[in-house]
Amino acid sequence: MHYSPVPLHIPDGFLSFVVSLICWVITVFTLSIAISRTNKSLGEKQVPLMGVMAAFIFAAQMINFPVAGGTSGHLLGGALAVIVLGPWAAMLVMTAVIAVQALLFQDGGLLVMGANILNMGLLTAALGYGLYRSVVKGSYTTKLTVAGVAAWLSVLAGALATSLQLWLSGTSNLQTVVLAMLGVHSVIGIGEALITVAALGFVLRTRPDLLGEGSASAGGGRGWIIAGVVISLVVVLLSPFASVNPDGLNRVAMDLGFIDSSQSGTGPLAGYTVPFFESASASRIAAGAIGVVVIILLLFVLSHLLRKRTA
Amino acid sequence: MHSDAFDRYHHGHSLIHHLDPRVKVLVTIAFIISNALLPDGAWVAFALAWVFILIANAFAQLGIGFTFRRSFIALPFALAAITVLFSIPGEPVTSFRFVMWNFTITDAGLLRFISIVIRSWLSVQMAILLVAVTEFPKIVHALNHLRVPTIITVIISFLYRYLFVLADEVLRLLRARQARSAATAGISPGGSVVWRARIAGHMAGQLFLRSYERSDRIYNAMLSRGYKGELMTIHPHHFHASDLRIGAASFLSLIIMQVAGRL
Repeated sequence: MHYSPVPLHIPDGFLSFVVSLICWVITVFTLSIAISRTNKSLGEKQVPLMGVMAAFIFAAQMINFPVAGGTSGHLLGGALAVIVLGPWAAMLVMTAVIAVQALLFQDGGLLVMGANILNMGLLTAALGYGLYRSVVKGSYTTKLTVAGVAAWLSVLAGALATSLQLWLSGTSNLQTVVLAMLGVHSVIGIGEALITVAALGFVLRTRPDLLGEGSASAGGGRGWIIAGVVISLVVVLLSPFASVNPDGLNRVAMDLGFIDSSQSGTGPLAGYTVPFFESASASRIAAGAIGVVVIILLLFVLSHLLRKRTA
Repeated sequence: MHSDAFDRYHHGHSLIHHLDPRVKVLVTIAFIISNALLPDGAWVAFALAWVFILIANAFAQLGIGFTFRRSFIALPFALAAITVLFSIPGEPVTSFRFVMWNFTITDAGLLRFISIVIRSWLSVQMAILLVAVTEFPKIVHALNHLRVPTIITVIISFLYRYLFVLADEVLRLLRARQARSAATAGISPGGSVVWRARIAGHMAGQLFLRSYERSDRIYNAMLSRGYKGELMTIHPHHFHASDLRIGAASFLSLIIMQVAGRL
């Protein structure tokens, strides 16, 4: 079978009970808003549509393309779903996808499902929709470019959130997990961005009418744009900070009572460098460079937005 | 594709198969929560939890090692926990040199790492058992009874129903791509990675359009059969005394595990 697990799905046992519970609270709260919004705005016709779209995301993850050396990339689909379906519906669809992956394939745990939904469904939807919404009246090229950036960033946002949850649970060392997760997922994210852009371009050319109502072009959106830009900024700013200066975050987590000093790894690891990342200057420069590029892109989006509002 | 290509259900008539799905879902969730609450190094409790799974396997008539054989799915994720081996202060157990770095594994780190992996391994086995002895629609129905919002369970039902259909569609797309990707000796087929990703994207777009149009047809077909916005089932759940007994026994076992883990 083509079904291939995605490395972002946290299995049970890797998050502490408290962290799992906090994630569930955030997820349930957000989903309850999503449900009341969709119940209000969607006709009964949308329900089979959302169901089939959930199956579509699941099936689309089977479309792989060879990358190199026997590895292959495939779509994760969060950004595509939110652009096509709109934020609330996409959240519900991604929730169903993650629930089935966990229940049927044990890809991702049950107690940690709240965290998985948060990382791969809710964050992706808010970030992807916010960024795409800001250029929805832009040209074809602008839309596709921003969709690509949104897809890439949404994968990174999920990876960063996963790393932070693992660290807060005392499962991983902060610096290592952030560097490893972001390293792997900045590559996976490129595949995600390419496929999302190509798929969206295909739909925009063949059936532009489908991206009309109920999708990213409809409804008010200033709140979403702000949410999208804020989450993007957090991802872009926090990632280099966590990988270069983990002691600061460790201090915060200890003050908040999440981890005790025996778990944080500041003790014997303080003067200790992480394998593969010892040439920290190189990875710092890379992280910094990527950060700068993304910030410029975000500023571009913002200025675009402000210009339109004043015009 | 055969409709049960994705299915993990093993048909049977055992005691566990006939248990009320709500009880099975609740016991599974409680078991996983109980694992998460056990302290590091609670070996007796971990052993008891495994015995619990073995007994459940035996009662389900799946063979005592059934869940064990399929339980390694979550192991790659243990990589994420590997840093605790080195980062938690404690007595050094062993140290080794790798290329140019010295690694020291501490006893506290080892204890935590093994506990994390065991918790995950036990929890995965329970989830495997749940889907092996409960048909998926019954799990979804149970979730509905357990107050999971209807719109989510309806989407999950549709997902499960049309996953096979759309997977067939994907296989057709993949077959078509393969048929057009002939390679000759010495010349690699296809273009660059970016080109290949674009083709995959176009296939995803194509699949999206086909899915979208199919959902229209599905909706019309459902309307013609009297769909009123909710799914009906002709399999109401009946709660028997045996469900109560087994459920209570399971929860009692979980409490014993918790006590054993804290002694």
